[in-house]
Amino acid sequence: MKGSVIKYERDNIDTDVILPGPYLKIHDYAELATHAMEGLDKDFHKRVKPGDFIVAGKNFGCGSSREHAPIALSYSGIKAVLALSFARIFYRNAVDGAFLLPIEIDESAYKDISDGDSLEVNIAANEIKNLTKNKIYKMKPFPELIGKIIEAGGLFNYKP
Amino acid sequence: MNITEKILARASGKKDVVPGDVVFVNVDKVMVHDVSGPGVLAVFEKLRKKGMVIDKVWNPDKVWVAEDHFVPAADKISAQNIVLLTNFTKQFGIKKHFKYGMGQYGICHTLSHEEAMVLPGEVYVGGDSHTNTTGALGAFAAGLGHTDVAYVLLNGKIWFKVPETLFFKLNGKLPDHVMAKDLILKIIGDIGTDGAAYKTMQFGGTGISEMSVESRLTLTNMTTEAGAKSGIVEPDQKIRDYLAARGVTKYDEVHGDSDAHYEKIYEYEGSEMEPIVAKPFSPENTVVARDLSSVELDKAYIGSCTGAKLEDLQAVAKILKGRTVKIRTEILPAAMSIFRKAMDGGLLKIFMDAGVVVGPPTCGACCGAHMGVLAKDEICISTTNRNFPGRMGHIESQTYLASPLVAAASAVTGKITDPRDLK
Repeated sequence: MKGSVIKYERDNIDTDVILPGPYLKIHDYAELATHAMEGLDKDFHKRVKPGDFIVAGKNFGCGSSREHAPIALSYSGIKAVLALSFARIFYRNAVDGAFLLPIEIDESAYKDISDGDSLEVNIAANEIKNLTKNKIYKMKPFPELIGKIIEAGGLFNYKP
Repeated sequence: MNITEKILARASGKKDVVPGDVVFVNVDKVMVHDVSGPGVLAVFEKLRKKGMVIDKVWNPDKVWVAEDHFVPAADKISAQNIVLLTNFTKQFGIKKHFKYGMGQYGICHTLSHEEAMVLPGEVYVGGDSHTNTTGALGAFAAGLGHTDVAYVLLNGKIWFKVPETLFFKLNGKLPDHVMAKDLILKIIGDIGTDGAAYKTMQFGGTGISEMSVESRLTLTNMTTEAGAKSGIVEPDQKIRDYLAARGVTKYDEVHGDSDAHYEKIYEYEGSEMEPIVAKPFSPENTVVARDLSSVELDKAYIGSCTGAKLEDLQAVAKILKGRTVKIRTEILPAAMSIFRKAMDGGLLKIFMDAGVVVGPPTCGACCGAHMGVLAKDEICISTTNRNFPGRMGHIESQTYLASPLVAAASAVTGKITDPRDLK
C-alpha cells in the first residue's frame, strides 16, 4: 500500500469532528465522505486522494460508536490511519467492516512522519517505509484475531 | 475471576477466562436506535448485494429498538429513517419497539433500565457508545458499530477481548451538594479520556452500596468518556428492588470471587468530593465548579441518558423551586415514564414556574443534531456527557459538563455556580 500522508498532530481526534452529529442520519456512504473530518479540517475533502494515510496522535476515534466515522474516511480514499493508539469502537468498526486499517505506530515514527510524506505500508513485514525521508519504521503487529479478520476482508467473511 | 470475567466466561462456554483472551460470546440482548438501525440495514443491503439471504434475525425476542436521536423527526431524512426502522421491526417480528408518540419511548439507555430490558449477568450490546450505562444493573454492556451489530443480529454472538478491570472504590456517601456526575467527572479528569481504554471500569465500596441505582447509572454511562469497553457494578438488593418494581424477579446474577483480579484499584473519599465541571473541549478537562464562577452562560441544558433521569430532575427541582432562570433553559426528561413521574410529582410545575421549556425525550441537542443546538460562540452548561468541538451545535460553541444541581444553580444565576453558593 502506497500513499501520501495527511497529518494531524493532535491526540483524541473524536468522532464528532471526524463526522459531525447532524450527518448521523445519512447512510449513503459517498455522501458521508463529503463531510469527513469536517469538524477539524474544512479542506480535508478537497485535499484527500485515494490511497492516502492519516497520521495522528493517541486515542484516535474516541467518542461515539458511529460507524459513519471510518466509513466517511474510507469512502474519501483513506486506506489506513496510523496513530499512537485508537479508541476501541473506532478500531473494531474499521476492522470488522473492512473500511480501513488502524495501524499503531510508536512515538518516534509519529514525530518523524511529516504531512505530505509518501509512505509504503507492508503489513506482512509490519513495516512502514517513508519513501520521502528514506526511513523504515516498525508498526505494532495486529493481534491474531484482528489479523485474521483483516485477511478475510471483514468480520462477515471470517470463519471462526 | 471478577464479575466481568465470569459473565464473559459463562457466555462463551468456558470455565474461566483471563484478560487478553479473545472469546466469541453469546449475546442475551441487542439494541438499535434510529441512527444505528438504518446503519445496520445499510450493512444488510451490502451483504445482500454479495448474495447473502437475510430474511430473519437470530432471535427477534432478544432484539429491541428505540427512537431517540432524531425524534421528533428533524427533517425528511430522519423521518424516513423512522419508517425504515418501523418496516424493519415489522418484517423481522421484533415486538419491543418503543415508538415516539405511542406511550413509553425515550433515550435507549434510559429505556434499558426503566423497562428492565437488560438483566444482571447478561451480555448486552447496543449500536451506541453509551451502551455501557446498563452495566450498573450487573450486566456486561458494551457499545458496537453497525457491522458488529449486524453480525450479532444474524449470528447471536460477537467477539470480545476479555478486558482488564479498573476498580473504583468510593468510601462513604457523597455530600448532599455532590452527585454521581461530579464523581465520574473527577475520575475522568484523573485518568483521562483514554485512561480506561479497552478496559472495564467497576465501581464498588460503601459509597456505591449507599448510592441509588440511578446514580450508579450516571457513573457507568460516562465510563465511555474514559474510553472504557464497559462499566459495571455488582448487583445488590437495590438492583433487585429496582427490577422487582418493574415486574422482573427472575435472572441469574453473577458476582466476582473474593480473590478476583483487578488491574488497579482507585480510592475516593466521599466526604472529600466537590461539584466538578468539565470545561470545553474534553470531558477530562475538569476543575471544581467554584473555579469557574466568572464564566457567563447563554444556556442551561438538562437532558440526555446521563442527566435527565427522575433523580436528576428532582435535584433540579430542589434548586428551581421558587426561583426563576436567568438564561435559556431546557429540561428534557430522558423517557416518557420519567416525564410522567415528574408530572405526578409536581416537578413540571416548578420548572414552568421557573420559566424553563420542558421538552420531549430526545438525544437531539446533546449530539448537536436538532432541538435546540448552539450558535457560534454560545456557551452552554449541560448535564450531558460530551463537550468535544461542535458537539452541541456550532463548532465554535462551548459546552461545560456538570451535574444537574450545578446546571440548575447556573441557570438561576447565569454564571457557573456551585449549588452551595446559591442565595
